[in-house]
Amino acid sequence: MRWHPLEIAFWLCTLLPFAVAPSYLSLASQIAITALFALSLDLILGYAGIVSLGHAAFFGFGAYSAGLLSKHYLGEPLTGLLAAAIAAGVLGYALSHVIVRFRHLALIMLTLGFGLLLHEAANSASALTGGADGLQGIKVGTLFGFKFDMFGRTAYAYSLAVLFLCFLICRRIIHSPFGLALRGIRENATRMPAIGAPSRAHLRKAYTIAAAIAGIAGALLTQTTSTVSLEVLSFGRSADVLVILILGGAGRLYGGIIGAIIYLVARDQFSGINPQYWYFWIGLLLVVVVMFLPNGILGGLARFFPRRA
Amino acid sequence: MKKLLIAAALGAAFGAAHAQQPVKIGVVMTLSGQFADAGNQMHNGIKTYMKMHGDTVAGRKIEIITKDTGGPAPDVAKRLAQELVVRDGVDILAGWVLTPNAMAAADVSAEAKKFMVVMNAATSVIITKSPYMIRTSVTLPQVMETFGTWAATKGGIKQSYTMVTDYGPGHDSENAFQSAFKAAGGTIVGAVRFPVANPDFSAFVQRAKDIGPESIFIFIPGGAQPAALGKAFAERGIDKKKTRVLGSGETTAEAALKAMGDNALDIITAWHYDYMSKSPLNQKFVKEYQGVAGGRNPDFFSIGGYDGMHAIYETLKKTGGKTDGDTLIAAAKGLKWESPRGPMMIDPDTRDVVQNVYIRRVQRVGNDLVNVPFDTIPMVKDPAGERRKQK
Amino acid sequence: MLSSLAAVLFDGFAYGMLLFLLSVGLSVTLGMMNFVNLAHCSFAAVGGYATVTLVNRLGWPFLATLPIAFAAAALVSILLERTLYRRLYRSSDLDQCLLTIGIVFISVAAFAWFYTTEQQSARVPEYLKGSVQFLGVNFAVYRLFLIVFGLATTAILVLLLEQTRFGARVRAAVDNQRMARGLGIDVDRAFMITFALGGGLAGLGGALAIEVIGLDPAFALTYLVYVLIVVAVGGLGSIGGSFAAAAVLGISDMAGKYYFPWLGAFLIYLVMVALLMWRPAGLFGKR
Repeated sequence: MRWHPLEIAFWLCTLLPFAVAPSYLSLASQIAITALFALSLDLILGYAGIVSLGHAAFFGFGAYSAGLLSKHYLGEPLTGLLAAAIAAGVLGYALSHVIVRFRHLALIMLTLGFGLLLHEAANSASALTGGADGLQGIKVGTLFGFKFDMFGRTAYAYSLAVLFLCFLICRRIIHSPFGLALRGIRENATRMPAIGAPSRAHLRKAYTIAAAIAGIAGALLTQTTSTVSLEVLSFGRSADVLVILILGGAGRLYGGIIGAIIYLVARDQFSGINPQYWYFWIGLLLVVVVMFLPNGILGGLARFFPRRA
Repeated sequence: MKKLLIAAALGAAFGAAHAQQPVKIGVVMTLSGQFADAGNQMHNGIKTYMKMHGDTVAGRKIEIITKDTGGPAPDVAKRLAQELVVRDGVDILAGWVLTPNAMAAADVSAEAKKFMVVMNAATSVIITKSPYMIRTSVTLPQVMETFGTWAATKGGIKQSYTMVTDYGPGHDSENAFQSAFKAAGGTIVGAVRFPVANPDFSAFVQRAKDIGPESIFIFIPGGAQPAALGKAFAERGIDKKKTRVLGSGETTAEAALKAMGDNALDIITAWHYDYMSKSPLNQKFVKEYQGVAGGRNPDFFSIGGYDGMHAIYETLKKTGGKTDGDTLIAAAKGLKWESPRGPMMIDPDTRDVVQNVYIRRVQRVGNDLVNVPFDTIPMVKDPAGERRKQK
Repeated sequence: MLSSLAAVLFDGFAYGMLLFLLSVGLSVTLGMMNFVNLAHCSFAAVGGYATVTLVNRLGWPFLATLPIAFAAAALVSILLERTLYRRLYRSSDLDQCLLTIGIVFISVAAFAWFYTTEQQSARVPEYLKGSVQFLGVNFAVYRLFLIVFGLATTAILVLLLEQTRFGARVRAAVDNQRMARGLGIDVDRAFMITFALGGGLAGLGGALAIEVIGLDPAFALTYLVYVLIVVAVGGLGSIGGSFAAAAVLGISDMAGKYYFPWLGAFLIYLVMVALLMWRPAGLFGKR
């Protein structure tokens, strides 16, 4: 599993913001977090073929877990990350039993439904979650002695490191027999059991892992911003990450990361130039990309570079 | 890290000494999504103030940088505040339509020691999150507790059934109204909470009707809901002379009155601003506002923005153009002025807004439906803030 | 007790009729061509804003604006279909999602630009306001109007589908596109007309919805979720399915809020999840 020189160049470039754009580190941190979130969605959508309109459920569950942990017990970031991964993973595992039984529109709407239900539950449990005002009193500790301050240095270093680690894990998974089986299930779910690959068990595993990683991304957001509110569980967040993944190109490992960079940088720039109507330009960007680059940016570019999927 | 902070502080100090440098104000609002209208109205209020009073104060030019959070997004709000401070070098952080956004940005205001002006977000506790913050809008306890007390005493109402939207401001209003109402001798006969994006109120109104209370207290956000609720009252046959309907100002805002028509008559509301107020200052403000906002009338988001800019201008005049957080906040404490809404003050202890609360009834005046004020409770301080002081 | 049950059923059914009008177009076009058109509610908003412009700025009577709302939305949908959508018929669902979401964003910005973000209302004639009393229950006139309208539309659509040649072609294309083409049916033309019809109905729904749920630029995004729920629960390509799903969802939403207000918004999602788990292809779905 060699590293393509472009990949190495890409990861080296992610260090550039420290040097050339130090006032953009907070944005870079949020891009890295969204990229991680999109990567987790790619696992189930791009590779296992499960279209989810409710993936923010795990992102938000992880975010609140980390927030509640740091508020009531322990502000140490890495512990919070672990707690979020476990919490979101357990939730993912539980839901996966229902999810994998369904396909097509029913599957999409069920994921949507679970996301909406969790959002409502968090709103109702406002004594625990702080409701629409958000969770107050989050005290995030230091990471190896570094504080999370307004310059965003620690935040970006942290988010980038976690993104890279999870990326390595995902890369491993994709190129393993399990990953190949997932792709087989995506292509033809009926045939896979016939050649000995237990579809549902594999899908449940993939779903659980994806949920855990999404939870980690959520926890990162809470810890780097010291805030969490209902918005992390919203349909809007689920829809955004789906758009980002499709934009970048699903099923290509880097699609979520590329999509996150392009979408969030574009949004930041458009929003700065035209704060009242920036979403017009974003819409235009999406339409143009779809018309000229089918299967997302990476998919469209694949026509020019022959690559491994 | 520390070197950067010192450099930034030195830069700010130098900037303040250089009277020719513009004063940069970062205004963060919701200009898209569900709360876009609130942000736009606030923005128009800011523009109107600058049109009426020019863009130079204490020899320095005022430069506004606008940012959109897209809705309730504290992570985005915090990042925008950080970028405004670190990247754009703003002297003042202003705007803040929604509570979670204001709360998140308060951390930045405290860390960077920047003067922060909250022009809308109405949850009481926000003001405690940064010692450099003032508020020029309203707090929910300020209006709702006053309303509860008024209803049980001067209003002569003994019972009330409360109906609020199931989210932060709704819960706060419910608590505020109920506690004040009960403390003044009233009885709460029941309570219900609507789901947040609820489009249809008939089921809830039917429940209220079945109980037949002496009065109904409602709190719902602006937008499409007040009109829908008003229609539900009419359709279910609630007679407002027998069952008094008490609401917050948003329930009888301009768009709601237009949509409800005569269904709105006799609704009693408590609020701090109405664009139809006859004071000469307000009439002038409304005229200028219409020019800036393409013919639209101002609402309480607009006046929050307008008075926020006024507070900024006045404090800058007092400090002679100095913009560091400590100087500005010291100048802002105790600031008093006459606003289109009436007299206003920034409380010297809590830094929160102190203003009149008006009790109004919807009546037909000529061809229009107007919130006619018939009682005023003067210079109300935020009761929740006062209670915090005592702790 | 019984009277409040009647009131809840009536109100819920009326709300359901509104959802039906907004959703039926998407159900049929999604079932027919498998084209994921998330911009469906933008067509509804076009109809709504058409009515607002005619009533508020030009003083037209409300009912007279309804055919224009239909036509405007139908026109916009044909325009989009001919220029952008038809190039993506062979594309993946995900690409179609991306395109149509992009169009939604553009439409929201366009509405905000032309009409500002202000909440819109359209004056409804006096004879449609207020309520009538019957056996001790208050029935809102406008809701009665919605119910009559919804039932009439359903009847016309079913007649169209069952009794006309055009309807037969549409049904054939929904059942098996390849076979229908093989039989010489001009599927693309049938689809274009169906698409226009569906868009027009959404526009009509948008116009009628102003009085009940209001109108602002974000309408296209806010109601997308509800429309998707109706389409999924009803079953793709089925008018009866959309009708049943909309009615069930409208009534359970209303009943839930009346009898279990603490469940609030949960109920409509719970009902959706339960129904989909029981019938994944929708109540009257074919696949």
